[in-house]
Amino acid sequence: MNWLITHSPALLILLPLLSAFLMPLIDKISKKARNFFAVIIFIIVEILVIILALDILKNGMHVYAIGERNPLQTIPTQAVVPIRIVLQIDAMGIFMGIISATVCLSACIYSLAYIEEGRGKGKFYTLLLLILVGMLGMEFTGDIFNLFVFYEILSIASAALIVYSRKGEASEGAFKFLVISSISALFILFSVALFYGEYDLLNIAYLAKNIKYTHIDKIALALLVSAFAMKCGSVPMHFWCPDAYSVAPSSITATLVAGSQASLYALFRVCFTLYGLKLDSQLIGGILIIFGLLSMFVGVTMAIPQKDIKRLMAYHAISQTGYMLLGVGAGFYLLGKPEFEIYGIKAMEGGIFHIINHAMYKGLLFLTAGAIFYRLKTRNLNEMGGLAHTMKYTSVFFIIGALAIAGIPPFNGFASKLIIYESVYKISPILSIIAMLVSILTLASFVKVFYSAFMGPKIHDVREVPKSMLIGMGVLTFVIIFFGLFPQYIVNNLVNPAVMALAKQAGYLSAIGG
Amino acid sequence: MYEIVWEPIIWIISFVIITITVYIIRAIGRVDYRGGEEEKPFLSGMEAPKEKMHISASNVYWGFIDALKGYYNSMKKIHSGVINDYVSWFMLITAIIFISLFLYGVIK
Amino acid sequence: MIYNIPFLTVVALIAIGMYAVVFRRNLMKIAIGITIIESGVNLFLITLGYREGGIAPIFTNLPPDITPADIPEKMVMPVPQALTLTSIVIGVAVLALILAFIIKIYKEYGTLDAKEVRRLRE
Repeated sequence: MNWLITHSPALLILLPLLSAFLMPLIDKISKKARNFFAVIIFIIVEILVIILALDILKNGMHVYAIGERNPLQTIPTQAVVPIRIVLQIDAMGIFMGIISATVCLSACIYSLAYIEEGRGKGKFYTLLLLILVGMLGMEFTGDIFNLFVFYEILSIASAALIVYSRKGEASEGAFKFLVISSISALFILFSVALFYGEYDLLNIAYLAKNIKYTHIDKIALALLVSAFAMKCGSVPMHFWCPDAYSVAPSSITATLVAGSQASLYALFRVCFTLYGLKLDSQLIGGILIIFGLLSMFVGVTMAIPQKDIKRLMAYHAISQTGYMLLGVGAGFYLLGKPEFEIYGIKAMEGGIFHIINHAMYKGLLFLTAGAIFYRLKTRNLNEMGGLAHTMKYTSVFFIIGALAIAGIPPFNGFASKLIIYESVYKISPILSIIAMLVSILTLASFVKVFYSAFMGPKIHDVREVPKSMLIGMGVLTFVIIFFGLFPQYIVNNLVNPAVMALAKQAGYLSAIGG
Repeated sequence: MYEIVWEPIIWIISFVIITITVYIIRAIGRVDYRGGEEEKPFLSGMEAPKEKMHISASNVYWGFIDALKGYYNSMKKIHSGVINDYVSWFMLITAIIFISLFLYGVIK
Repeated sequence: MIYNIPFLTVVALIAIGMYAVVFRRNLMKIAIGITIIESGVNLFLITLGYREGGIAPIFTNLPPDITPADIPEKMVMPVPQALTLTSIVIGVAVLALILAFIIKIYKEYGTLDAKEVRRLRE
């Protein structure tokens, strides 16, 4: 057990990576073996993540030097700086890891029925596992160059999966996604080169110790902030988001949302840990707040006139990302001031709690959209109507997801939005007024979807979706209600350690080399 | 310490109370009412056919979108769908962040 | 001055690549633009790793006049080269995927003009 906990950071990346390339071989044996293998790997990853999370929440941060005989020795003998690749996992990283592993697991189970056979489904699981590797790697790494590598793994695997349906506009959406994310990856690489040229270091903790905030560091900061903000879909760099989300298979769309949250994590890591108090935190916090407000407002207003159900939900994903940027940006705005301890931490708790809530209800909504697409073979809202007559369970799940995203009690969206409203009110009342207005518009646009898809006379003669898809949606619904009814439990035990890990930069820095 | 408390129990109790009230109000209505002419949908004096009874998604919130026509037209112009525009927005924002970082340093 | 030429080349390459991606409407030229930006960034990494009079970090192949005491100054740290190799490999994967998408787009739309490849918009 001790061995497992020590080596689990490396295992979590190694296991999906190796089994991804094993998957085409197992696909040759039989379809059942492949499905079984895929589900087993995702379940093992989930269990490992939870074991690691329990240990981190109890005993603090984990470090793991790859290639060292004793993986806990991050600085080799006779060296003064860490020259090996170091994985460094704190409460924030493992919090994101739990989200990524859970979303990928549910996407895998849902895909068993949703993705049809005979079109290279083995490769589908290979790419899904690579997405998981990319996300976990981004969240666990303590090395800025490795961040770039995993970012590229995530982008390439996601682009290949977006085009999985191979028809219509899929190649267009994937092309746009790949072009813009490879350019942003080159930005990241350029800033890595700047850091290396200036400090001869690639380790995030050591860079943060040595960083002086010179003009070169400002260039690197601008490149990193805009690249990660682009990838998490903040307005006005969000244009690829609806294009890519709407053409991808529904289960993949849920993982794409988790992937953009991984780059949200990277953005926070760069701001809070790499630069910390050395930069003008008011300015960058202000930029994050502006990004958040624009994302919230433009996302939701663009969602209202959409006719494509998945495009509509993609715009809502942008809008909800705005809440996270607002909450954490407000925290960063206050960093280093006395107010930070009073309500800055609360704002960050709201933002971070919203990440996990968003992953759950947005996953549920994309799965219900997938269920509608599974039966009707269309994403156009104009062609839908009267589905509640026959698809009873799907419509109940849809209502719950819609109420959760709109922030209606007692669902989880309300729990995190309430924290954001109340804490950013202290900075400026306008912020929370806009946040509430956006919530109302969110509800309005989901009322539209509910009315046009599920209400009205019975137009289509369809049956309910298969049981495995219903089970996938039911599990997410249960989590949504649980998080909504006991938010204090989640906030105290999971969210607060994550916020503290972000806010207390010294803890991250001292973990390597004392 | 600044605490934000949200008590789901109170909300559930109020939900139960509202449900009971609604049920009571419903129960004091007439039992023998079975509906008549006034419940049917009409279109220009004619009884509407079944497929026209449903208002499709494009027509929901027509007024809202029409009232904000100026905003939506400019938004449509921005969301052009051309990949070059996407990249140039990205570059523009990078440049803005970069310039503001420098200017802020100078002002401070 | 002579040491600045690689850096000027980096700037020129990145600027040309950016120009191609932002102003060229042909999807093929966008792909070429990305490759040029990538070459610029790779050249930047390689240039950072240059050390005047440095020797390769291979202990079994040291020149005879080098004593172990000189090693920290003379020997070149191989990290930028390793980074560049990794980034080249990633770049090849990205380029292959982009070209595959361009073929798919041409089959579907019959054009490579970015202004016409925009069925997904608004």
